[in-house]
Amino acid sequence: MIQVDKVTRDVGSFKLDNISFESPDGEYLVVLGPSGAGKTMLLESIAGLISIDSGKIFINGKDVTKLPPERRNVGFVYQDYMLFPNMTVEENIAFGLAMRDTPKSERDKRVQEMMEFLGIDYLKGRRPRTLSGGEKQRVALARALIINPEVLLLDEPLSSLDAQVRKKLREDLKKIHEKHPVNVIHVTHDQIEAFVLADRIGVLSQGRLLELGTPEEIFKKPKTEFTTKFVGFDNVFKGRAKRENGITLVQVGDLVFQVISKKEGTITFAFRPEDVIVSREKLKSSARNQFTGKITEIIDEGPLVRLKINVSDIIISAIITKKSFVDMNLRHGDIVTFIVKTTSIHVL
Amino acid sequence: MFLFLLFPIVNVILITSTSSLVSAIFDPQVQFSIFLSFYTAGIATLIAFLLGTPLAYVLARRNFPFKETIDSLIDIPILIPHTVAGIALLTLFGEAGILGQMFNSMNIRFIDTIFGIIIAQLFVSSPFYIKTVRESFEKIDPRYHNVARTLGATPSKAFIKVEFPLAAHSMVSGAILCWARAISEFGAVIILAYYPPIASILIYQRFVSYGLSSALPVTTLLIFVTVIIFVIIRLVQTKFQEEYK
Repeated sequence: MIQVDKVTRDVGSFKLDNISFESPDGEYLVVLGPSGAGKTMLLESIAGLISIDSGKIFINGKDVTKLPPERRNVGFVYQDYMLFPNMTVEENIAFGLAMRDTPKSERDKRVQEMMEFLGIDYLKGRRPRTLSGGEKQRVALARALIINPEVLLLDEPLSSLDAQVRKKLREDLKKIHEKHPVNVIHVTHDQIEAFVLADRIGVLSQGRLLELGTPEEIFKKPKTEFTTKFVGFDNVFKGRAKRENGITLVQVGDLVFQVISKKEGTITFAFRPEDVIVSREKLKSSARNQFTGKITEIIDEGPLVRLKINVSDIIISAIITKKSFVDMNLRHGDIVTFIVKTTSIHVL
Repeated sequence: MFLFLLFPIVNVILITSTSSLVSAIFDPQVQFSIFLSFYTAGIATLIAFLLGTPLAYVLARRNFPFKETIDSLIDIPILIPHTVAGIALLTLFGEAGILGQMFNSMNIRFIDTIFGIIIAQLFVSSPFYIKTVRESFEKIDPRYHNVARTLGATPSKAFIKVEFPLAAHSMVSGAILCWARAISEFGAVIILAYYPPIASILIYQRFVSYGLSSALPVTTLLIFVTVIIFVIIRLVQTKFQEEYK
C-alpha cells in the first residue's frame, strides 16, 4: 500500500502542489496528465530521487520520506528504459541483486527465472543497443521486478514504442500485473493506456491531483473541467461486436462501426478526434464508417478547430484545421458527413 | 592550412642526419630526459585523473553557487602565458611560498626537483583532462544513476558501476590530451625546475649552448618517440571503444 500525504515540491517555475492519495495493495494506479503536469516529478519523489519540501510518503505503512532511494525498495522504469549500456541484458537484470550481495548461484537462478517469466531468456548475452524497443521494455521490467519491489513505478513505459508493439505490450503489462500483483503507479498522457490498464486513474494537471477514480468514473463522469477536456472529448465507445463475412461490426446505439478485431460480444473501442475526416458532402469512398450528423459545438483551438457532431444522440469529437474549417464555411447546426477510417479505430 | 601544420614537423625530421640521430638515441642524457618527460607527465596525468575526475563529476552533475565562476577559473591555466603560470606556482611552492614551506617540513621541495616538474605540468595540463571528462559526464543521462539508485546502489556504487564505465573512454582521451600537454610543457617547468632537464628543456639547453645542429637530433627523436606512443595509445583506445559498444 502506498500513501502519499500532502506532498509538495516547489522548484520555482513549477510546483507539485499538496498531493495526497492512497493506493491499496496490488492496485494498478495510472496517473494521467499532459506533458509538464509533473508526472515524472511525482514518481521521482516517491522513489526518493528528488527531495520534497513537505508532506510524507508511506510504503506499506513505513514512513520512507527521509530514506534515500536505495533503501526504499521501489522498481523504476523510465520511458526510454535506461538500460545500462555497459552491461549485457543478464547483467542489467542482475544489477539489483548484485547490489544486495545476493550469492552468485542464487542470482543466476533468479535472473534465469525472471527472464523466462517475461519470455526474454534468448536475449541473455545481448547488449542493450542491439534490442528493439519492446525487448528493452521487458528487460527494464525484469530489472525492476527482480528486486521484488514494494511498488513499481512506470514512467510512460509505452510511449516510445510504435503503435503495434505498444498495444501488445499494453496487454502484456496487464498480464504481468495479474501474475505479479505488486502496487503499480504508471504515469502516462495516453487515455487509452489509462483506460485499459488502470484499476483507478488519477488526473494530474499543473502539479495538482485533480481527481481520482475508476476508469469509468474518469471517462464517463469527469468531475473537473480539465478532466472533461482532457479525456471527455475523445471518442471512446462500448458496443456489441458481431462477425459477419470476416468483418467485425460493432453496434453503438443506432450506429454501426466496422472495426478490425476478431472479438465478439461487448467491446470498447476508441478513435482520436484528429482521425475523423469531415466533409460537407457525402464522400464517394470505400470507407465503411461514414456517418452524417449535426454540428452541436465549435471550439476554436488556435490553428485547429474542434467540432462536436451529434449523430443519433451520440456525440463524436473531431478536429480539423482552421483552414479547412474556413474553406467549408462551417456553422453551428450545419449537417456534415464524416468518416472514421477503420484502421484508425483502436479496439481496447 | 594542414600543410602549414604538418610541414615544420616533417622538415625537422628531413634535415636531421641519420648518424646524429643514432648518436642521440644512445646519448644517456637524451635517454634520461625523454624518460623523465614521459615519467613526470605520467604522474601529473595520474594526479589529474585522481583529483580531476571527482571535480569533473561534480561540475557536470551538481548545481551550487559560483559554479560558473569555478568553471571559467579552470580555463585560466590554459589562457595565461606559461611563464606566468610558472611564476605563480613559484610564489606558492617556492622556498618562501605557503605550500612550499608546508611541504618543506615533509622534506618535499619543488625547486629543481621532479616534484616541481610535476606540479608545473599538472597546473597547465589538468584543465584539458577536467574539461574532456566533464563534458562526457554531462552527456550521460542522469537517469542511469537514478535507476541504479532505485535498484539499491549507494551514490558512490552507482558512480563506480555505471557512470565511471560509461565515461571511461573519454577519461582515456582526456588523459592522453593531458599527458601530451604535460610532455610538451616548457615555460612553467623551466621556472620551477631547470634541472633535472626534461626533454623540452634539454633541447632548449642544447640550442642555447651549442646551436641548432646540436638540438636537432634530440628534437627529431622526441617527435618520433611521441608519435609512436600516441599511435599505440590511439589504436588501443579504438579497439577498446569498439569492444565496449
